[in-house]
Amino acid sequence: MSSLQEIVDRVVGQAKPGEQVEAFASRGGETSIRVYEGEVEHFVSAQSEGIGIRVIREGRTGFAYAGTLDESAIAEVLGEARDNVAFGTPDEWAGLAEPDGVEPVPQVLWSDALEQFPTAKKIDLAKELERLAIAADSRVRVDEADYQDGWGEVAVATTTGIRRAGRENAANVSVGTLAEDGEDTQTGFGFSVGRDPALFDLQKAAREAADRATRLLGAIKPPSKKVTVVLDPYVTAQFLGVISSTLSGEAVIKGRSLFANRLGEVVASPLITLIDDPTNPLAYTATDLDGEGLAARRNMLIEAGRLNQFVHSSYSARRAGTSSTGNAVRGGYAGGTPGAGCLAMQLAPGTRSQEQLIADVSDGVLIQMVQGLHSGVNPISGDFSTGASGLLIKDGKIGAPVREFTIASTLQRMLMDVVEVGGDIDWLPSRAAGVSLVINDVMMSGE
Amino acid sequence: MASQLVESSVAESVLAVAMANGGEFAEIFAEDRRSTSAGLDDGRVEQVTSGRDRGAGIRVVVGETTGYAYTSDLTERGLETAARAAAAAAKGGGKGVKVVALGSPSSHPVNNIDIDPTSVAKARKVELLLEANEAARSVDGAIVQVSAGYSDARREILVANTEGVFATDAQVRTAFRVSVVANGDSGMQTGYESLGHTMGFELFDRHKVADVGLAAANQAITKLRARPAPSGAMPVVIKCGSGGVLFHEACGHGLEADLIAKGASVYRDRVGQLVASPLVTLVDDGTMSGEWGAIGIDDEGNPSQYNVLIQDGVLTDYMWDYLRARKEGHKVSGNGRRQNYTYLPMVRMTNTYVLNGTEDPEAIVRDTPNGVYVAKLGGGSVNTATGDFVFGMTEAYLIENGQITEPLREGNLIGNGPQVLQDIDLLGNDFAMGSPGTCGKDGQGVPVGDGQPTLRVKSLTIGGTAA
Repeated sequence: MSSLQEIVDRVVGQAKPGEQVEAFASRGGETSIRVYEGEVEHFVSAQSEGIGIRVIREGRTGFAYAGTLDESAIAEVLGEARDNVAFGTPDEWAGLAEPDGVEPVPQVLWSDALEQFPTAKKIDLAKELERLAIAADSRVRVDEADYQDGWGEVAVATTTGIRRAGRENAANVSVGTLAEDGEDTQTGFGFSVGRDPALFDLQKAAREAADRATRLLGAIKPPSKKVTVVLDPYVTAQFLGVISSTLSGEAVIKGRSLFANRLGEVVASPLITLIDDPTNPLAYTATDLDGEGLAARRNMLIEAGRLNQFVHSSYSARRAGTSSTGNAVRGGYAGGTPGAGCLAMQLAPGTRSQEQLIADVSDGVLIQMVQGLHSGVNPISGDFSTGASGLLIKDGKIGAPVREFTIASTLQRMLMDVVEVGGDIDWLPSRAAGVSLVINDVMMSGE
Repeated sequence: MASQLVESSVAESVLAVAMANGGEFAEIFAEDRRSTSAGLDDGRVEQVTSGRDRGAGIRVVVGETTGYAYTSDLTERGLETAARAAAAAAKGGGKGVKVVALGSPSSHPVNNIDIDPTSVAKARKVELLLEANEAARSVDGAIVQVSAGYSDARREILVANTEGVFATDAQVRTAFRVSVVANGDSGMQTGYESLGHTMGFELFDRHKVADVGLAAANQAITKLRARPAPSGAMPVVIKCGSGGVLFHEACGHGLEADLIAKGASVYRDRVGQLVASPLVTLVDDGTMSGEWGAIGIDDEGNPSQYNVLIQDGVLTDYMWDYLRARKEGHKVSGNGRRQNYTYLPMVRMTNTYVLNGTEDPEAIVRDTPNGVYVAKLGGGSVNTATGDFVFGMTEAYLIENGQITEPLREGNLIGNGPQVLQDIDLLGNDFAMGSPGTCGKDGQGVPVGDGQPTLRVKSLTIGGTAA
């Protein structure tokens, strides 16, 4: 079997004069195990592969992909991509990334221990997690306990001289819980992630899954009023995910960012320092390379409330008259031209615990879960409205659980209304780290 | 059919390999999907993409355990390797010999495809993008950005299993979308409109892409003068063809037999009971010709069906896939679907809709002194165990004194499924299907449709910022 690098090199070697060609190939595998009531409910084990080829000629771009690395199929893909070029509109900025001399910061993305981790132990982990979650509280049942792992290797080559390959693997366990008390049912979840399943903290995952569900038993629908919200780290990570789309250089050049033309201005509370740093090995999405094969790097996006920079791919950078920040994001081999996006965001943490933050809130809600970030949040207009559940806060103390309400504001206002960032940074399995966040003047809609 | 995805004799021998460890059930799901898409943004046709995904998944069931493996290699050797992996994963204890004779596959097409999109020149597809762009930009100088997307896919599937199911289907879907940004004194607003049907390029003989562009642009322009949405519980009127997602979330997911079995649904043990206003009759209908969720067979090889879920407010049945039906001794309902060959099938909806009521839709608004009129809904999501669900309103207006008045900014609405179904107090006579949707469950997306007549919910919580 050819190495991926050989495969993409061969494709790029077939470029004709006047043509830019990029080939991106990947190969990967997964194990997915679900346990229910002590038995394996399903066990999925498989491998997949594919290639995507981009051709640019006279500013026009064409793309094709196939879910195979079969040589005859690759020839067809190159032919299709070339054929598709004719239908693009010439774009003076179209082009592939070029090596920029920035050396990647090496990252440990592969674990031999995970590769060799025996199947029987994977099943045991899921069974044990299910057992622990049920044992955590007599009111708790488990509807799914999962073990999943995956590995992938990729290679990219371009006629502009990019030539990179890498591989990584990772695993996780997760559990979904139902807490029942009379007619009342609430749900929770817990997880543990990493590259060495032997280090998973099953106790913590089970405890959190049980707590999340039982804490909400007896929840009522709250009244409608303005409150201070304390976002749980898990919710803050999701909030940062929404913010990230406003900081994409591609959104900026295409007039879809509410922060366009605001570089250097104050856009957030002085407590907000937002960094995108995939070179930080603590970040779940730490990586050495971006989607175009340039070195991933640390970028300061908002510094003490002031908008410092956007994140760029080579295309958005060329149009904006700047250089790539190493933030090209590619949607796998079928993804086409990479976009520009954040890779590993984090807020510079404060110093105090969530409990200390809550102690200063006179009338508020601790937001434990949000629902509907994809439907009621518009990162272009800034409108923010999401379903939520959590716990009321009265005079610095946690009170009754609440559900079936929304919290609403605008992204612009929420960033300005941040009154404290917690010290409890949590490297969650997402593109953003979590941290407790206190935001004033958010509208809670219930009764 | 010129060539079958997997020859009958090959399917027979692969199923025998899958059962060799003592499996109770084995299945081959083979798929060959060819797609073309084209995107326009910022005035340029950015990229035309051609895609090909081809492979098969093999499922083996032993007791309560399902083993699954997939491969992009459709040769006999490739399929047998996957079959052995699936059999090993299912951990069948003994040795089994099961011989199944498959004959020729059946097919149950729900509609004819008049113009196969692969026969249409790419240049014509690109022209559609330019037409929509031009139409959207012509609406108003405040339109500052337009993006448009065209896509078609031809998905051929073949399913063979050890119970003798042997069927094929060719699912052709064609879709078009436009999204628009308008800029005004109060900042930017967006508009979105889409079109998608289980049909070929004849879609564009029946619908004009310029109209899609105009609708998206008009929505964005209208929202430039939108005021903050109210906050709190109030009556909500939902326009016909825009709010089927409400039923998809408020009860559709909760009626999926896999969630019922695990007690993760508020509708467990409710068959035969009144679960909704007697005005409501809810159907899931995979046979609805041309609609986005239409399928000839589901991804377990069973013909799609017209299934009544709620009749005059009474819960009549859940939706089923093979595994759940086998376990409960129920009949399958044609709802076993999967995103593609790399996934296990699950219970999924197809086209889910509420049948017509009798009210004049204008009278419904007139009879509502104060509230919110939702003309276009966005996505939604539900926690089936609690019944709490949200859905976004992308175009909405205030109702004041029985009249539709000012446009509102975007936001989510939140409600509890069983409560909201009871609270439907007026149902119109103007049924329409809505926009094409992609339903997500457990990480898999499948195309679904929805529809309803204009209706009123007497109380829903609007997640706005205005007191």
